[in-house]
Amino acid sequence: MNDFDPAHRGFVSYIDKSREFYLARGYGNPYRWASFTDTPFRPPAKPLRECRVGAVTTAARSVEDAKSYTVYAAATDPAPAALYTRHLSWHKQATHTDDVETFLPLGRLAESAAAGRIGSVSPRFYGVKTDYSARRTMQKYAPAVLDWCREDGVDAALLVAL
Amino acid sequence: MSLVARHLEAHGIPTVVIGSARDIVEQCGVPRFVFTDFPLGNPCGRPYDADMQRTIVGTALDLLETARFSRTTIQTPFRWDAGGEWRASYMRLSEEAAPA
Repeated sequence: MNDFDPAHRGFVSYIDKSREFYLARGYGNPYRWASFTDTPFRPPAKPLRECRVGAVTTAARSVEDAKSYTVYAAATDPAPAALYTRHLSWHKQATHTDDVETFLPLGRLAESAAAGRIGSVSPRFYGVKTDYSARRTMQKYAPAVLDWCREDGVDAALLVAL
Repeated sequence: MSLVARHLEAHGIPTVVIGSARDIVEQCGVPRFVFTDFPLGNPCGRPYDADMQRTIVGTALDLLETARFSRTTIQTPFRWDAGGEWRASYMRLSEEAAPA
């Protein structure tokens, strides 16, 4: 049996939901979501069992950090026991983010490395603030993450948005 | 996050995105996407369900190797609950409070 209304898309359309939500509150200029027709594609250059994998999150390191961060790199060992997410948009009535593995799976990646599925986990993970400005994200934050990935010898990246 | 994936990929680092906002990620366009139809917040699996998290992260790792084209999306089989009330309760228009 469906767990959704078949008059709507099966998955939640956050583009529709947020537009209607803010229109109903009098904000008449809907957000223009990043939209591209072309998408880059680069297959891994070597087997995954030899690849160092880096992880990227939108979460902040702390409540203080949440007020000011844009991008950061932080150690993956030991993995952070908690990250701060209250400033981000997620379904706070339906769930919680107390288990970091649900949005930054460093433990699961470490298991994959131990099992030989991947070569290793990058010594640092990377944080990126969710910014309404696509320009800032593309021109400032993404290049910073790329630089850190190169410094850390990252061969492939796993990115998780809350 | 999708924009960062595109930037890394364009500069030689293969990427996979794990997420639950399907339309936002797909409209932006990312090379590889693992979608789980959950409330926003736990795209890598239900809290403290390590087996589910292993399956989702493992699917993402598999996709890094197996995707043949850009914009490849895989949907995992997991459902949050039987009723799906969470779909309507996020940004419900009858709520006067600011969005969560």
